[in-house]
Amino acid sequence: VTSAPFPPGDYPVVVVGSGPGGLQTSHCLTRLGIGHAVISRDDAPAGMFRQFPIFQRLLSWSKPDAPCRAGTREYEWYDHNSLVSDDPEFQALVPQFMDRAYMVPSREEIERGLAAFAERANVRVRYGCEWTSTRREDDGRLTLVTTDGEYSCQAAVFALGVTEPWKSPIRGIEQVPHYAETKAPREYRDRSVFVVGKRNSAFEIADGLLPWARQIVLGSPRPVQTAVIALASVRVRYLQPYEDWSLGGGTFALDVAIDRIERRGDRWLVAGEGTTQPGAFELEVDDVIAATGFSTPLQDLPELGVSTVSQGRIPALTAFWESVGAPGVFFAGNATQGAAGLRKHGIGGSSAAVHGFRYNARVLARHIAERLGAPVPRETVARADLVPFLTGELTRAPELWAQKAYLARVVYQDGETDVLPLADFVDRPRAGCIAATIELNAEGAVYPVVYTVERDVEEHVLPPHRLNDFDGEEYRRELEACL
Amino acid sequence: MNGKQELTESLAGLALFADLRGPEIEAIADPDWERRFAEGERVLRKGFSGSGFYVILEGEAFVEIEGREPRSLRRGDFFGEVSTLLGSNPAADVVARTQLRCLEIPGPNLEGFLLEHPRVMLRMLQTVTRRLQDLLG
Repeated sequence: VTSAPFPPGDYPVVVVGSGPGGLQTSHCLTRLGIGHAVISRDDAPAGMFRQFPIFQRLLSWSKPDAPCRAGTREYEWYDHNSLVSDDPEFQALVPQFMDRAYMVPSREEIERGLAAFAERANVRVRYGCEWTSTRREDDGRLTLVTTDGEYSCQAAVFALGVTEPWKSPIRGIEQVPHYAETKAPREYRDRSVFVVGKRNSAFEIADGLLPWARQIVLGSPRPVQTAVIALASVRVRYLQPYEDWSLGGGTFALDVAIDRIERRGDRWLVAGEGTTQPGAFELEVDDVIAATGFSTPLQDLPELGVSTVSQGRIPALTAFWESVGAPGVFFAGNATQGAAGLRKHGIGGSSAAVHGFRYNARVLARHIAERLGAPVPRETVARADLVPFLTGELTRAPELWAQKAYLARVVYQDGETDVLPLADFVDRPRAGCIAATIELNAEGAVYPVVYTVERDVEEHVLPPHRLNDFDGEEYRRELEACL
Repeated sequence: MNGKQELTESLAGLALFADLRGPEIEAIADPDWERRFAEGERVLRKGFSGSGFYVILEGEAFVEIEGREPRSLRRGDFFGEVSTLLGSNPAADVVARTQLRCLEIPGPNLEGFLLEHPRVMLRMLQTVTRRLQDLLG
């Protein structure tokens, strides 16, 4: 009999999920010596990447050969898909499986990279164990009821992904297939297809069907911000259908509030009203696909007080990714986007992508360890080294560049240093501490910002540098002046 | 409850958006603009760059200015327009008194938003003028 790890029982922490968020959190907790169980309803690691994206190609970048050696911390900068570790053996695994046909891995390549991480770093998971309901006990502990029995814990980390097909409330949309049910592209040959939605998954479908469909129309109330797309990692998917549109190739992106979708014989009628351009709208098409997104499968967590944002799809979280309404209920992975951060200039972090949430997981593990009263090792920076240390971090730290204006390099008064959510640093000022971030404004300028604490937190915005090199004399002088 | 419908209906009931057509409200009900804050959390931070414009959908907040009685804000009230429109940093903190739900129009989007919806701009101007009148007694 092979014994599955983590039988039901009492644990300090329970992690639910074996996708990148769950694997990263478990690995970080293990490195800190925090006892925990990991359970997953799947039978293998990699989470949503075992199935999605539907057209088998990711949007996020990894560069197999880069100016830095794979396995180093600096290399993480060039690899947005691998999980991270302080052990070089477990670093940079996804590029090892890439065939280099593209700068972005295929679904299978990232799945293999994540599975390799689980295997090499020995991330143990109780597979085939499904969390079914949750209780809050009188002493504050949480009980997770699963198909294998009950788990009791002080803190639960839900790394569930944003994976449950979600449809916007349009009359008749119930009978429309969701993105997750999209058929093979050849099935759409010479057909007209209406895609409900104008976000990643809608454009992914449009891109995937371009070589097959006769006409593709994307529709949703809000206009697409092409200027934003051009700089976003999703441009690979977005811009191809846009080119087809500009060539008059049969693709359209319409700003319409869809009122109803109904069957017309073997075709569909999509009806609504224009938003940016007023006027009634009706279109008959051969197929409709609801690319309306996914939600976090929260199950009964709202009954424990977990509130949501984004049309009820994402849990609302504190700076340390704890539910706003349910203490001890933490989230990892894609759902960490529920902690919006400062959203300076309207720009949030990269928490919906592996390269952002892998760092959230590391910070979260340290936060949970502290909550449990476990020692958390921190490096110390001598006062004489403080300025070069910070300018070096501003120029090279992958956490700060992946999570702009979201994660900060913090140095405490006694010289100990850590990476923390910027929102926590500015809202819980500790005298004599300093934080440094990389930030981005609406014009796309990238620049360092330093936060010092006297009585209040003071923000010092430093100038941008043509080559993003903040390690020179000018910045050292600027920083010295801030301190 | 369906979040999208709820957000749309919540916006439609506010004086600021009273002149907009249904589809226009739907276009504003951007899920990325919905924000939720825990009790005691800061929504607007004094002295920090890059802030946004907020309209309260649910809950209460207060404006914290040293030496002054905190000014309460509730459903339908908006804040952050001064720093956003003038490109300056907020002169006061705004803190959630209860769990708070807001629509946030990011700073860089506000000008375009107001130009696209002049009736919202007019309603906003009326409110700001009324505040000025109250201040001048």
